[in-house]
This record gives sequence, structure tokens and C-alpha cells, in this order.
Amino acid sequence: MAIALDVALAHLTSRKRQTLVSLTGVVLGVAFFLAVSSLMRGSEKDFIKRLVDNSPHITVYDEVRQGREQPAQLRWPDAVVTVHNVKPLIETRGIRGWSQRLALIEAMPGLRAAPVLAGTAVLTFAGRQQGVTLSGAVPEKMKQVTTIEEKMVVGSLDALAANPNGVIVGQGLVDKFSLHLGSTLTVLDAVGTSRALRVVGIFRTGNAAYDEAQAFVLLKRAQALLGRENRVNRVIIQLDDPYAAQSAAQTIEAATGYKSVSWIEASEDILSLLLVRNIIMYSVVSAILVVAAFGIYNTISTIVMEKTRDIAIMKSMGFHARDLRRIFLLEGLIVGLLGSGLGLLLGMALMEVLARVEIRPPGVTEVVHLPVWWGAEQYALAAMFAMLSCLAASYLPARRAGRVHPVDILRGAA
Amino acid sequence: MNGGESTSSPVIRVEDVTRTLAGEVPVTLVEQVNLEIERGEFVCVMGPSGSGKSSLLYLLGLLDVPTRGRIWIDGQDTTALDDDQLTDFRLARLGYVFQFHFLLAEFSALDNVSLPIRKLGRLSDQAAHERAAQMLDRLGLEGQHHKRPSQLSGGQRQRVAIARALANDPLVILADEPTGNLDSASSANVRDILRNLTHELNKTVVAVTHDSSFASAADRRIGIVDGRIDLSWRPG
Repeated sequence: MAIALDVALAHLTSRKRQTLVSLTGVVLGVAFFLAVSSLMRGSEKDFIKRLVDNSPHITVYDEVRQGREQPAQLRWPDAVVTVHNVKPLIETRGIRGWSQRLALIEAMPGLRAAPVLAGTAVLTFAGRQQGVTLSGAVPEKMKQVTTIEEKMVVGSLDALAANPNGVIVGQGLVDKFSLHLGSTLTVLDAVGTSRALRVVGIFRTGNAAYDEAQAFVLLKRAQALLGRENRVNRVIIQLDDPYAAQSAAQTIEAATGYKSVSWIEASEDILSLLLVRNIIMYSVVSAILVVAAFGIYNTISTIVMEKTRDIAIMKSMGFHARDLRRIFLLEGLIVGLLGSGLGLLLGMALMEVLARVEIRPPGVTEVVHLPVWWGAEQYALAAMFAMLSCLAASYLPARRAGRVHPVDILRGAA
Repeated sequence: MNGGESTSSPVIRVEDVTRTLAGEVPVTLVEQVNLEIERGEFVCVMGPSGSGKSSLLYLLGLLDVPTRGRIWIDGQDTTALDDDQLTDFRLARLGYVFQFHFLLAEFSALDNVSLPIRKLGRLSDQAAHERAAQMLDRLGLEGQHHKRPSQLSGGQRQRVAIARALANDPLVILADEPTGNLDSASSANVRDILRNLTHELNKTVVAVTHDSSFASAADRRIGIVDGRIDLSWRPG
């Protein structure tokens, strides 16, 4: 191996300019691979974090995935007579025995759960009306499963516990109705009865639609307003490990019998989109390395052509074909190793620069930094791809070198 | 045809060797050659251009394999060896000198000579370099060890090539027109070196040459015409 390394290094250093061009190709390829990958993965992580933070990890709905089978079908599965047009029993919507089911869920490790009754209502103030989603919540439980407490501009969820007629509204509605803390709104329920509610808190999430059309009241108040006493229609769950949501949702669904949707399932289309985006991104940045690999192929191919006589003489001296192949593969490996090392350093420097770039998106007052991801796997991926490209690029010339027949060359040279 | 006297233990024995290149029109390079060469013998193969001298040398040097017939070197039937074994055999027992020096341009004279020693792997790298230095000194290249081939004269390069051929203490040195590219003084020097190898180190030297003054130093001259040994051939 030492001889092969000596010869490989001698070849590369004797063609400094060409080696440098090949090396630069790999360095730039690895650096751009890393910079683009870190940005794309960074934005993906940022997006998923927002998705995970701002929505429940699992939501248990008052629905079942498969409609319940009719008792007659269960009793006589092979019956000769079929009764057509059978409809399920009409029952009040909501999770039956929700407190027992909630206790069942809360007994599971690594999660926190909160019951919610959500329904539509109309808020009126000074002659203006706004349809909203009214969510009835238990403040101490709600704080454990959502980030709404962090989004409070004024007041807190606890104010709902202190004031049973309190309501928490979003900044959008506040702006629209010119509300302030202590303002009294009127809420109209589905059957037209009205009740006065006092604004005890204001939140701002940054999502305009949510900030305008979402309101929180105490669970008991929502049950009374929506005419669904002792009912909840959702249990929202937060997990210690958000990425375990899929399997946890299956367990919860099996335990409660109600449809449990993880954030992964709910965002399946977005996650698929991210996956496709990653594939496109890696294809594009890999193309840079493939182009760089052609540079290496060209360099090593030229060396093999120029050194055919040396190869022949080494073979005649007693070097095996595999020894010659090893020399040229080593040349690819050396360019790959050096290129990867320098490329990773340059890539990290690029990432550092990108991470410092400040952006002010239109309409947003706060400064946003480009989301750069520093995860180790992308370094390994960039280096591995560069090494594979370099080895693949040197393989063909190496194989050609191994196949040189000394007599053919010596006869031609004589 | 037998080109030499038969003895009990020839270092090279060629038996009815033919080498034909396949193709639409097969070309016979060497035909039905029988030959024995003794240890310590200096043999020159001579003949007109295209007569098959170099082809015979490549067969004797195990760089090519006969289409028919057998070649024994040091009692070993080389036609029974596979490609890897032939390569190892060449490394340990044969040395080559060509018309063009064929030194590796990026390496110094010392590195060129130590290359086959290191490849054989019997000595450490340091010992290989020491041996290479001894070989160079022996051939009058003191002070030239660290020069690259481009910094040496033609005669010096050829002496480095001879030192490289001798590096692994081979049984047989095969030389293809070793003086073909040298001036007369250098030619005489190379001839004397090869001649002395047979006398001082008991090496067998088989050289292909057109140079009759070089051939005059040989123990035996073998003529080859149209691929066949021709005992009656004399340089014109």
C-alpha cells in the first residue's frame, strides 16, 4: 500500500494544475451540497417545529374510523335475509364517558391531555358580528397541551377559571371590534340564545385567520352555550416525544375506540411535500458532485493514458493488475478525501455566513434569520457522496490501467 | 532447432515454443524454438528487424505466453503458472533492461531502483533504499541517487535501469536493445557492465541487439530469422 500511495501521490503532484482543478470541483461540490442541504433541512425542521408546537400532537375526535356495525349483522353474519337502508341510531355528538376515557389516556406515560368542546358561535360587539370557533377548555390542562399561554398578549388562561363568564379572544378580533381587556361581548349560540362574556385575555399567534376566528371560554360555559351538557368533542394530547405521535395515536385509538389523529397523519400531505422537496434538493446538489466527478475522471484518465508506459514497466517488473488498480483508485480516494475535508470546512464557513443573514419579511417587524441546520448526518452524507463519486470516477481508469498488457506497450515503444 | 549445447541444468530451457497472434490472418512471431541457456552465460539474440527477437525475449521474460511449447526457468515449468504466479516469478527472479530506460519520471534514481525491492517486501523500506544505493554505487552512480531521470544523461539512465533490473538479485537479466539509444562510449560501458554481471555475479544475461560490437562480448550469439532460430545467420 505504501508503494501505491507513493506512486499515486507522485502522479497527482506531477500534474498540479489538473489535480487542483479536480480538487476544487470536489471542494465546491461538497461545500454547496452542505450549504444547500443545511438550509433546506433547516427550513424543514423549522417548519415541522412550528407545526408540532402550534398544533396538538394527537387529537381524539368524537368520531370513529369505521361506522359501527348493526347489531343484527353482528348477531347473524350469515343471515339469508338482508335489511336494507338501516340507519345508525341518532345520538348526541361528543365523546361518551369522556372523563373516564381522559383518565385512561392520562394514565399512559409521556403525555399530557386536555378535554375540549369546540363549536361554532357568533360574537357580536357594537353591532358588528364575527363567526368564531368557540373552544371550551379546562385552563390548567389546556396550558399543558398548547402554547396558547405563551401567545397571550394580555391576561392568561387562568383568568377563565377566575371568571366563568370570561372569554379569551385573538388580536385579530380585538383589532376588528376595537376591543380591550374588560370589554363585554355577546355570544350567540346555535339555537339563538345569547350571553354576555367579558374579555379576560388576548392572544396573538401570528396566524391572522386563527387570531380573528378563535375564542376560548371555560369548558362548562361552552357546554352550556353549545347546548351539550357534560360533553367534550375532542381530547388534545401533547407528547414528550412528538415523533412518537403515530404509534401513540394508534394505541389511544385502540384504547378509547375514538378516532385519534396524530399531527403526522394530519400533515401527511405537507410531510410528503417536504420529502419530495428534499429529494429534488439532494438531486440538484448531488449533480454538482457528479460534475466534479467528471473532472476527476478526466484527470485520472489522462494520467493513465500518459503513464501507460510506466504501467507496462511496473507490470513487467512484477506489479499485479490489482496493484496498478489500487494506485489509480488511491488517486481518486486522495482527491475525494482532501476535497471532502476542505469542502466540509468551506461548507461550514458558508453555513456560518448564511446563519448570520438577517431577513425582514414584508409585514413582519421582527428580524428573521435563515434557518440553518447543523446536524451531523448531512456532513457524513456530503463526504460519503463525494467519496463515492471520486471512487466511481477513478474506477474506470483504474480498471483500464489494470488491463494494460506490457508486451503491447513495450512492442509499440521499441 | 537447437540453438545451444545441452547441459545438465540449464537456467532457461525452451522446448518447441511457438507464439502466434490470433486474428483474421494469424501472425506467427516465434516458431518451434528450442533453446537452452546456462547459468552465468551471456547470450545475444540477433537477427533482422521483425525477425522475432523481441518476441522471443518477451516469452523468455514471461511477459508473454507461448501458444505452444514450454519454457522452464530455474527448473520451473513456467507454462504451468497462472498470471499471478508469473508476476511474482518475474518480480523475484527476472530483471529487465529496455532500449528506453523506462524509469518513473517522478521518482529519483534511488526510488526507481528501490521500487521492485519494496514490492518484493523482503526488506524494510530503509533496507530497500540502502540496497538500492549499493546497486547505484556499484554501477558508478555515486552522487546521483537523488536525481530524477530527467537530470541524468542517457548512459546514466540506462545504468539506473540496470541497477533496477538487478535490485532483487535476479537469476536472469533480459535486455532488449540495451544500447540502442546510447552513444558508443555509453554503449561500451553498458556492455561491460552486463558482461561483468555474468562473470562477477554469475547472472545469466540474454540480450537482443543489432549492435555487433555489443554482441561480440557475448558468450554465445543466437541468430533468429522469421521467428525461427537460424544457426547460420551472421550480421551483415
